[in-house]
Amino acid sequence: MSSSASATISAAGPKVAAVGPDRLPDEQCVRIYDLMLRARLLEERLITMYKQGEGFFWIGGPGEEAFNVPLGLLVDKGEGVDHDYLHLHYRSGATFLAMGADPVDSLRQMRNTATDPYSRGRNFAGHVSIRKWNVVPVTSPIEVQFAIALGTARAQRKGTGAKGITIVQGGDAGTAEGDFATSLIWSSRKGQELPLLMIVANNRYGISTPYAGQHGYDQIAERGKAFGMPTAVVNGNDPEEAYAAIQKALDYVRTERRPYLLEAMVSRLRGHSSASGANPSKDEVDCVADFEAKLESRGLLTRAEMDQRRQRYTDELAEAHQMVRGEPHPAGSSVYDYVFADKNLVGGEA
Amino acid sequence: MATMIQAIRMALHVGEDKLGVTDIFGEDVGPPLGGVFTGTQGLKTAWNTPLDERGIVGTAIGLALAGQKPVAEIQFCDYAFNTIDLLKIAGNTFWTSGGDWNVPMVLMTPVGAGIRGSVYHSHSFDATATRLPGWKIVMPSTPLDAYGLLLSAIADPNPVMFLMPKALLRMKSAPGEGIPGEPDDERQLSKMIDAPLGDRSAWQPRWPELEELYIPIGKARVARHGSDVTVLTYGRNVQMCVAAAEELASEKISVEVIDLRSLHPYDWDAIVESVRKTSRVLCVNEDTEITNFGEHLIRRIIEELFYELHAPPKLLAGGHLPGIGLADALESASVPQKDGIKAALLELARHEP
Repeated sequence: MSSSASATISAAGPKVAAVGPDRLPDEQCVRIYDLMLRARLLEERLITMYKQGEGFFWIGGPGEEAFNVPLGLLVDKGEGVDHDYLHLHYRSGATFLAMGADPVDSLRQMRNTATDPYSRGRNFAGHVSIRKWNVVPVTSPIEVQFAIALGTARAQRKGTGAKGITIVQGGDAGTAEGDFATSLIWSSRKGQELPLLMIVANNRYGISTPYAGQHGYDQIAERGKAFGMPTAVVNGNDPEEAYAAIQKALDYVRTERRPYLLEAMVSRLRGHSSASGANPSKDEVDCVADFEAKLESRGLLTRAEMDQRRQRYTDELAEAHQMVRGEPHPAGSSVYDYVFADKNLVGGEA
Repeated sequence: MATMIQAIRMALHVGEDKLGVTDIFGEDVGPPLGGVFTGTQGLKTAWNTPLDERGIVGTAIGLALAGQKPVAEIQFCDYAFNTIDLLKIAGNTFWTSGGDWNVPMVLMTPVGAGIRGSVYHSHSFDATATRLPGWKIVMPSTPLDAYGLLLSAIADPNPVMFLMPKALLRMKSAPGEGIPGEPDDERQLSKMIDAPLGDRSAWQPRWPELEELYIPIGKARVARHGSDVTVLTYGRNVQMCVAAAEELASEKISVEVIDLRSLHPYDWDAIVESVRKTSRVLCVNEDTEITNFGEHLIRRIIEELFYELHAPPKLLAGGHLPGIGLADALESASVPQKDGIKAALLELARHEP
């Protein structure tokens, strides 16, 4: 990225440093910031909807945007074993947005409308399902995705010719479940290694229980070492560091067809869920605010430009919310739809 | 005449050969053992898993989502209880995703008493399985039904649980009920598809030219025709009920035995037809009696066929016991036996409204 290209984004000031190993090109920084901001504002709109009584429950990922946006930009998006399978969690909204998901669909799921494409009004906010992009349905049970991911990864293991890999993500508290150990054991069997990127988003809480009350070790990534897999801990509040760490991990898994354990230290800015009030947390790093300061100091965007974006997206989401208010809830009789499939959709039948 | 376990093995071979089965897996399922009951010997896609039932079910779900055709095994259903939430996910993924992802997987697991398996090799799973909406549940009582139901399970785009009555796995086909394509001589079949004892590293099976046969999921079979009392049963208890019915024939009591074969969806039409004819119903199965699948059948019969009945429907099931006792007398007292079935039938047949 040349400095002249960055000048087209902002003429506010000179670049402060050359692009380094953890320093992304200017345009890319602005793009990531833009997605982080939109993801954050989407969560804020969802919380507003909850507080206005338009949804029954909110759970999401304010504080994980700096990690989740780069992840969404780096995945190989598509359907089938030649693309990446994503077994993510209910704090992954920023990843879906970065992949190109329509934020209006998140509002639909929050309001449990018939138009909710992820669950037809059946499931909580953030429980996304997008088969055309290999986004496996997000579940409420914690850590089950670490057992299920083994299957898609096996379908992509070395020798199958599949080009995609499997990415699974959960939180730190969930690693106490046996399914996390299952994932470490099954993915690292000698001669049967799986192309699996395991991501632990460590926000240092399981609802109200702090990290130190659950884990006797310093970092969860340490556990991967016993299984002979590369591991890393990354500052998940810095999108550039996160981007580099995710890229490195993805490159390894894609090339070697072996597992990798990546731990991202993130914030939890609105508590566990609406059940704990969804109120702003003090004393946690806000990755959006931090990145805004960085972009400003690098002269990529001015405060006024960032405020304008924030206002524009806030207005757009408010308008979308108005629109979704007019969309119908599902009919009670539709509850019997989709109990059984009559076609093998995942097998290619249409 | 194939045994039930040979029939299962042959169905899995046809599944690999013609229906796109990609993975047959579980504890000790792959070489060298080929399953603790020999059900997966010689199959080209069979592989061994770690001793981890949650990993097995999770992997099966994931393989299915990736467009593969997995057949997973839990070595004994007694060890499936720690997978219940994953089984729920397999059953609810199509529904929660609003029709986005179906989960075409088969889960096989041996069930029931009858081999002196004591506390943890004797559980039944039918009551638990029928409480997992989104699953189809089948349970054969003959080798031919095992073959045809397993092929239907593999072809189905939904999760299907194939409950294997372990006491019947060594039973042979009745005359005229051979697997289509198997050799007439059972010793020849054994030479072709049973792994030798000892070192079997160089052994390859020679599969007969088998024909596909599909027993539709949701269709019962009349195991014995009769007109005085209807028995609704499945799995191991079918033979017992037929034997009890034969003994009652000498007392001029005509018993109709319905082998449900599919527990979900179940063949309500067949039940209605038989109950309208006999007006007396006995449900027999081995699972514990409180919140038992037979209770559901009786509830529906009472609600929909009350005025057809000439006697209160009866359930003969396993005792509400924490386990199956090992000693002969304990096991026999834990789950229904032929004499108890006979006594229950007699009582129903003689009941005066």
